[in-house]
Amino acid sequence: MKRLKSKHSFISALPFLAPSLAGLILFSLIPILASLAISVTGWSGMSRVSLFNGFFAFVQTHFIGLTNYLDIFSDGEVWRVLSHNAYFIILYLPLMLLLSLLVASILHHKSRAAGKYRVMYYIPVLTSWVAGALIWKWLLSPEYGLVNNILAFFGVDGPLWLQSEVWAMPSIVLASVWKDMGFYGMILLAGLTGINPEYYDAADIDGANRWRKYTRVTLPMLSPILFYVIMLSLINAFQLFPQIMIMTKNGDAGPNGATMVMVERIYKYAFRYGRMGYAAAYSWILFIVIFSFTALQNILQKRWVHYDS
Amino acid sequence: MKTRLMALLLVALLALTLAGCASDSPSPSPGNNNNNNNNNNQTPAAPPADEPITLRLEQFSGSGGNEDTLKEMLSKFNVIHPNITVELQTFGYDDYFTQLQTKVVGGNAADVFELNFENFVSYASEGVLLDIGGRIGDTSGFNQTALDAFNYQGRQYGVPNSFSNVVLIYNKDLFDRAGEAYPTSAWTWAEMLAAAKSIRALDSSIFGLYRPISFHEFYKGVRQNGGSLMTDDMRQFTVNLPQNAETLETMIGWVNDSNVMPNDAQMGGMGDWDLFVSGRLGMIVTGIWAFGHYTENCDFAWDIAVEPGNTGKATHFFSNAYVVNNETKHPEAAAALVAFLAGSREATSIRVAASWELPPVTYSDILDAYLAISPPANRSAVFESLNYLCTPPVVKQQSEMQDIIAKHLGNALSGSMSAQDALDACQQELEQKINLN
Repeated sequence: MKRLKSKHSFISALPFLAPSLAGLILFSLIPILASLAISVTGWSGMSRVSLFNGFFAFVQTHFIGLTNYLDIFSDGEVWRVLSHNAYFIILYLPLMLLLSLLVASILHHKSRAAGKYRVMYYIPVLTSWVAGALIWKWLLSPEYGLVNNILAFFGVDGPLWLQSEVWAMPSIVLASVWKDMGFYGMILLAGLTGINPEYYDAADIDGANRWRKYTRVTLPMLSPILFYVIMLSLINAFQLFPQIMIMTKNGDAGPNGATMVMVERIYKYAFRYGRMGYAAAYSWILFIVIFSFTALQNILQKRWVHYDS
Repeated sequence: MKTRLMALLLVALLALTLAGCASDSPSPSPGNNNNNNNNNNQTPAAPPADEPITLRLEQFSGSGGNEDTLKEMLSKFNVIHPNITVELQTFGYDDYFTQLQTKVVGGNAADVFELNFENFVSYASEGVLLDIGGRIGDTSGFNQTALDAFNYQGRQYGVPNSFSNVVLIYNKDLFDRAGEAYPTSAWTWAEMLAAAKSIRALDSSIFGLYRPISFHEFYKGVRQNGGSLMTDDMRQFTVNLPQNAETLETMIGWVNDSNVMPNDAQMGGMGDWDLFVSGRLGMIVTGIWAFGHYTENCDFAWDIAVEPGNTGKATHFFSNAYVVNNETKHPEAAAALVAFLAGSREATSIRVAASWELPPVTYSDILDAYLAISPPANRSAVFESLNYLCTPPVVKQQSEMQDIIAKHLGNALSGSMSAQDALDACQQELEQKINLN
């Protein structure tokens, strides 16, 4: 880091940075700035535009100021959509954390089958969302699905799952947890193996039982990794999208819009409803929401994350 | 020193890459497009007939079996225009409109591409299409309903290449088993429901009717019951009219009360056509494009009738059209291709021979050839249905409007609110979100 502080060495580093810098500028920075410009236009997203040829004039002809943002807030739909995102997170995050901790703990025990388990839990992560979501759609089919048939065996009349306004989002949560727990479990496993065994030895000498060892040693030592996992999964949860498009009928966001979420709305407005400017404004609102949550977590982390130094 | 030089070189390279993207687009800015339209109406410099021209043609209606039919039409076109090479690209319907949008925005749309009726207004109103009214020659042989559908604000932006309607297709064997008389064009919902009930009574896995509670079925259904979703001038929504609510209640009753129609759970993800082909469905209201599939796959006797209405008759009109890109370098050749594929005797007779929907023409010899094919034996019902064509409400925010309506129909179907309440809520949301100017 020190070496980069001088101007000279920054220039020397530039050739090595250039390839990824070019990608970052072309595929991230320019689109981000363009979307900000588009968010103040009424552009439909269906007519010709070039970023490098008359983009300013294009923005000028379609300019409508902050109308898109004002419309989004006065419409009220965005609150409902955000509440769906929040609902998803409230169900998903604790369940996912609990199960991936369980996965990590199972894998941490050096049993002979650990390798096989690791593959088993990781397969959903490698499966494409399309394939995974289709499997879940079948599993949750009310009349012929495996889940309701098993429930029926025990005399339980299963819900309509994806076709019910109440159960649609929990169904999405189930599939998401199944898909993600292997991934986060693997990260937590890395954290578990990184804990110095001397701490456990010390705890043993102090006469701590398993539960105390877990809450007083494992969890605090794991907290930086847990923080990372929560941060990552929260950002991903706000960007929830493919499972909803595939699992709900025709991608119509569930019965009475029960699974309308931010990215689904952005996609619909941009590519189905011909309202690119509105969609761009929506995506900036999503950015602000994610940004504030991440910033808030960063502040709160001081209270519970222990860095081992 | 060496590293600094290298750095400068790479930065220069980066700048070049960016500039490369820029030089790619010698386009007029979008604001100019409307002017272009007007200019294009004036006499363009017609290319000499022998100059080699390459046209890109992109379409979706030929996907899933009819691409070869289209290629046959193109080879006939090359007999007349040997200098024009057509590069054909076919997309599935689900992917077509996403890739089209990207290409239009990037200035890379094909010279000639296909649009369906529902998406036509969105593109026509954006000034990306060329007015080809003056370039397609004599249009008197076209079915005028189909041709007018692609006229936007007095400009002929597209030429229909096919059209189709919807009929009642029924399983004769199930009607015989239930001892019911076959449907006729005089039938109304009442006779349809009565027959559906006695077919439903045959077996718990056999259903009487399939006619989904969808946007398309609903706008047609309200027409069959003297209602409408919009005023005739398309300036106002009229979704919550009492006769519309009555229509919705009746349609929902077919699912929830008499259960002659399977609900989603009973369908279990099975397709409606598959249900009919499996022999477990008495009647299905569906498009004439199903004929080929049913002829091939049904191992029972089936026939068709004009779709029953209630106080009046109405049937769907679906149409696809070829349109010309406003920025094409060869407007004359592109228009000639469109006119040939859509309305020429050569192309339409190939279309009829392949049973690929209906050609949008009125040539009697070609239509006679269509009628001669069986099953269905009662093919003339297709033409009789043409008397009752109704077009859907078309607005610029078409997909958004359809999704909103579909959502509220779903609410009524699920029983969470009454038909009238659902339509009231629908009317309110449409008024708020859909701009009708």
